[in-house]
Amino acid sequence: MTSVITVPPSLDDQTFEHVLEQLAPLPVDQKILVDARHTRWSSPYGLTALLTLGQTRSERMSFTGPETEETASYWQRAGFYEHAEKVFEMHGHVPRPRAAASESNVLLEITAVARSDDVHDVVEKIQAKAQAILVNELNLDPMATMRFAMTLSEVCQNIVEHAGTTGWVAVQTYRYRQRLGRRVVVIAVCDAGIGFRKSLESSQGRKLSDRWDDAMALEDALIRGVSRFRDPGRGQGLAGVRRYVGKWEGKLAIRSGTARIAIVPAWEDDVPLREGLPAFPGAQVQITIPERVVQR
Amino acid sequence: MTYHIAIDVSSVLRRTVCDLYSNLVTRPTGATVRKAIEEALAEQPEPNVTVIDFSHVTLLDFSCADEIVGKLLDAYQRAGGTPRTYFLIRGVHDAHLEAIEAVLERYDLAVIVQDDNGAVKLVGTLDDGARRVWHLVRQRGRVVASDVQEEFGDPVEDCSRVLDELFARRLVVRRDDGGVALPHAS
Repeated sequence: MTSVITVPPSLDDQTFEHVLEQLAPLPVDQKILVDARHTRWSSPYGLTALLTLGQTRSERMSFTGPETEETASYWQRAGFYEHAEKVFEMHGHVPRPRAAASESNVLLEITAVARSDDVHDVVEKIQAKAQAILVNELNLDPMATMRFAMTLSEVCQNIVEHAGTTGWVAVQTYRYRQRLGRRVVVIAVCDAGIGFRKSLESSQGRKLSDRWDDAMALEDALIRGVSRFRDPGRGQGLAGVRRYVGKWEGKLAIRSGTARIAIVPAWEDDVPLREGLPAFPGAQVQITIPERVVQR
Repeated sequence: MTYHIAIDVSSVLRRTVCDLYSNLVTRPTGATVRKAIEEALAEQPEPNVTVIDFSHVTLLDFSCADEIVGKLLDAYQRAGGTPRTYFLIRGVHDAHLEAIEAVLERYDLAVIVQDDNGAVKLVGTLDDGARRVWHLVRQRGRVVASDVQEEFGDPVEDCSRVLDELFARRLVVRRDDGGVALPHAS
């Protein structure tokens, strides 16, 4: 018998947890249909996390996409279906790519990252579009384009160095209605690899404390700059990302295993640490940078 | 005689990794570029001042800054002995500098950075006492321990020790006349 996992109408980092809650009790070889027919909107996190979902089961899951033409078409332009066809058994209507259908909100279509060369390609691609959007539309400092690309590079490298599998990255802008009421640019980088805890455990000679779990691994990596590699230059990538996000009054959230850590700015209600979430492999990162309000 | 060597990092990147890239991102890229620089330096005459030029590099991320600047300078520093190679970094903008500074802090290193107008500054970690002596060298062009003593009123032995430290860290060179100067001005 096939179990149906219902994707919420609005899919983002918070509501994706409902997907995982439905998935958690099911055996790994259970036949599953991921049903997104009634989904009307998804953040880039939602789309990339859905793809990682498709990597996590021994039995290939089935997927059915949004029924509304507008949503399906947007997901197609964001690059979702191109990758979804490789990880899911597709059911129902799959919109075909149309020529010259680029989407102005999409700074970077969903892109697979597995090797160092992929990170180079991502950085080359983003630079072309980032300047216009970050500086002209989000009022960020012109140097922000460089820092933004550096941020993107570092979070993508986490996949190459730590995940041990293909992950996905996407960058989009949209209006963030919850409290903020401003435009944001969002980077989502998701993989279903080994995750932070196992990555840090693989460090030779590392002593693990009694309270060693996913939350502590995330704290070590993000707050204390710990890396599984011993040389002194390691662990700077996430520290640099954290610094930039702080400068932009942005938000950084990382979910791995059963925990989620966040650097939460004043405009957001989120909690800094969540534990006891449904287990999910790998690491899922979301960076949200708000439009800067220009004082007149 | 001090030899002056210039290494265009962007050319090294294009020659060793991909001729289409202008961004220094990812560790494997940084490691490849550093190894090429190390090989090139191994063939150069000494003593030399090696300028590492980032002018044509669009982006330098933390990982690449660590592989290229951090590990290169750290290897020379840890080799010990009398310094025969001095480094100067050129062509960096603010975002490059942020990555380089973060890396230098981790390794407890400092390096001289030259801007487009030829002005130099120190970037990285160095205690305040040594830093002010380095600034004196920059200002005067050449100093001996007694100049430092005269300027700051510290015992001459302490002044000599600070100059020795700056020399050991490759931030000044010793001249034949007994004074010290900045490497690129030697």
